Amino acid sequence: MMVEGKAHNGRLLDVEDLIVTFETDEGIFRAVDGVSFAIEPGEVLGLVGESGCGKSVTALSILRLIPGPVGKIAGGKIRFQGKDLLELPASKLHNIRGQEISMIFQEPSAALSPLHRVGRQLVETIRLHRKMDKKAAWEMAREWLAKVRIPDPEERMYAYPYQLSGGMQQRVMIAMALMLEPALIIADEPTTALDVTIQAQIFKLIRGLKRKDTSILLITHDMGVVWEMCDRVAVMYASRIAEKGTLEQIFNAPAHPYTRGLLASIPKLTGAKGKLKAIRGQVPSPFEYPSGCHFRDRCPHAFDRCAAEVPPLYEVQEGHRASCFAAHELVGKPPEAE
Amino acid sequence: MAQIIQADSISAPPSPLLDVKDLKTWFPIQRGIFSKIVGHVRAVDRVTFSIQKGETLGLVGESGCGKTTLGRTLIGLETAMEGQALFNGRDLVTLSSRERRHLRRQMQIIFQDPLSSLNPRMNILDIVTEGIAQFKMVEGGREDHAKRLMAEVGLDKEAIYRYPHEFSGGQRQRINIARAISLRPDFIVCDEPVSALDVSVQAQVINLLMDLRKSHGLSYLFISHDLSVVSNIAGRTAVMYLGTIVEQGPTSDIIEDPLHPYTKALIAAVPDPGKAKIGEREERLVKGETPSPAAPPSGCRFHTRCPDIMDICPRVDPPDFSHETRLVRCHLYK
Ligand SMILES: Nc1ncnc2c1ncn2[C@@H]1O[C@H](COP(=O)(O)OP(=O)(O)OP(=O)(O)O)[C@@H](O)[C@H]1O
Ligand SMILES: Nc1ncnc2c1ncn2[C@@H]1O[C@H](COP(=O)(O)OP(=O)(O)OP(=O)(O)O)[C@@H](O)[C@H]1O
Ligand SMILES: [Mg+2]
Ligand SMILES: [Mg+2]
Repeated sequence: MMVEGKAHNGRLLDVEDLIVTFETDEGIFRAVDGVSFAIEPGEVLGLVGESGCGKSVTALSILRLIPGPVGKIAGGKIRFQGKDLLELPASKLHNIRGQEISMIFQEPSAALSPLHRVGRQLVETIRLHRKMDKKAAWEMAREWLAKVRIPDPEERMYAYPYQLSGGMQQRVMIAMALMLEPALIIADEPTTALDVTIQAQIFKLIRGLKRKDTSILLITHDMGVVWEMCDRVAVMYASRIAEKGTLEQIFNAPAHPYTRGLLASIPKLTGAKGKLKAIRGQVPSPFEYPSGCHFRDRCPHAFDRCAAEVPPLYEVQEGHRASCFAAHELVGKPPEAE
Repeated sequence: MAQIIQADSISAPPSPLLDVKDLKTWFPIQRGIFSKIVGHVRAVDRVTFSIQKGETLGLVGESGCGKTTLGRTLIGLETAMEGQALFNGRDLVTLSSRERRHLRRQMQIIFQDPLSSLNPRMNILDIVTEGIAQFKMVEGGREDHAKRLMAEVGLDKEAIYRYPHEFSGGQRQRINIARAISLRPDFIVCDEPVSALDVSVQAQVINLLMDLRKSHGLSYLFISHDLSVVSNIAGRTAVMYLGTIVEQGPTSDIIEDPLHPYTKALIAAVPDPGKAKIGEREERLVKGETPSPAAPPSGCRFHTRCPDIMDICPRVDPPDFSHETRLVRCHLYK
């Protein structure tokens, strides 16, 4: 398997020019518009961007979980271990889901059935992919609840999801995604309900997985989580990639005005109180994305050309790209300058 | 050293909007075919605090410590076993369901899981104006009202005919917020209301909540595990550990000079993007396992993980000690 992966430039996952459309009463729009990124074995890629920019839709596309017929993958390629997932027959894809790629959904209620006890749900997931008797699977599930730091794991195996706190439900999903030790974990806002201490324990758990080359696509809006976990970062804005680079490049030398505004508006624990800093203006509805650069209406650096053309992803440093005509000038300036 | 500041003994302060005393919400643990009760999860265990009109109280603490249960108990979605919760002088714990329904308009909740709390068969227009129809408030253009609410939370006005599943996670969270503020209530329990939002939209929503507080005198119980969010919105904060409040007082005091050993650990662990990583701050994280809320440790509940443990701690449950502006439940502040 690994050999196969290696054969493709060492990439485990390669998403190329992905386009996803939704048809609503108001018309058809692109939720994802020409998104490309790659993940290498063992790498953690952070996908960040404002609410509604297309992060979850990108994630769902990888497992072909876009709800049809309204939603459609209208273009692009998604290669995983060399296979094109968009071309794969449904039965083959089914084997990959859970076994090779697992997903932690943004909202626990999207993944956990309210009707069954969590123990049973974990056991069924294990037995779907592993030849294991019920007792051994039960034992394994209980151990995983303990690993994600749920107190009273034995007792909690009998709980229904509603009897668990929000953060515990999230940890049940994390256990479910990690326990089969897949090659790729797609984690959509996996720790929104977790305090930093438990977050740190979970991150340690993920790093300590037996299979050392597990890759993670980590979707989050929390720049603290990005900083703790990621090797590389891709920033999305209004359906497109605005910027991508290594963790250090994005945090220390952000080149896209959106990334720079994002970093400048992180709330601080101490310091000035009162009104929080927000990037000026509103995220437009997908039906009203402006021509050219989608960010130009809110951008302090916009000029004529931004309305006329979509800026390409300029390479500003090795491995660091930003879709902005001013990227080369901005990359050297501190983000506080916004 | 300890100083007793008993507000009501000094002057006659305005009576608080919400005055909670010794509130207790336990969940039975049932086993077997006869659903025998074999124990209780002590989710909220003798909690005391108050919220003034126009005030925001932050509520922080680790996952599973009882924050949501406390909020749900106040709104009437869980039933308290004991204690008192006076809302405008009326006790929510003993309220009849009829009186409770009447109060519904004044008290709202923004739920932690936005997906499960939105009816999938209702469109956004119906969701955010449901209460209005129900409470026969000024009809005056339901659509207009819904569109105004959508704009306030930064969503597309034209999307009111869409259904919850057609939105992103953060958009659904904002639909929840729009629903909660639609009736202009007096009090909102905000349960992790901005956890799914990026910093910029987060700032916009928090600013909206602060504006409503100013213009309508709204009060909030603001639950969050993110101290930097709480520090920006809450004047006072309560820190919860395993069903009890271990420290409460002005937010800035708590952040600049935490007193309870648990609060100290909580604040030391806040990530600082661009600076040291968790690995390098590890010694500052809370040690050990979270104890079971069904069988909490004897004496002080935090003693099993406390770096400053003393002889008395496993034996005696500390009361709330008054320390300058704060209440601290720790023997160090006797
Ligand atoms: N089933 C659907 N039908 C119609 N539109 C949809 C559907 N799912 C998502 N969308 C729209 O597609 C866009 C992208 O949504 P997506 O869920 O990917 O956002 P996101 O980046 O994950 O945001 P968040 O951080 O708020 O979760 C949004 O405008 C959303 O309203
Ligand atoms: N309906 C219920 N039945 C039984 N136990 C419950 C129920 N609701 C909550 N609990 C338990 O009560 C405790 C407190 O849960 P609560 O949801 O209040 O925590 P929380 O502080 O909100 O945590 P989080 O930050 O993870 O959301 C947990 O042990 C939880 O499992
Ligand atoms: Mg999402
Ligand atoms: Mg909760």
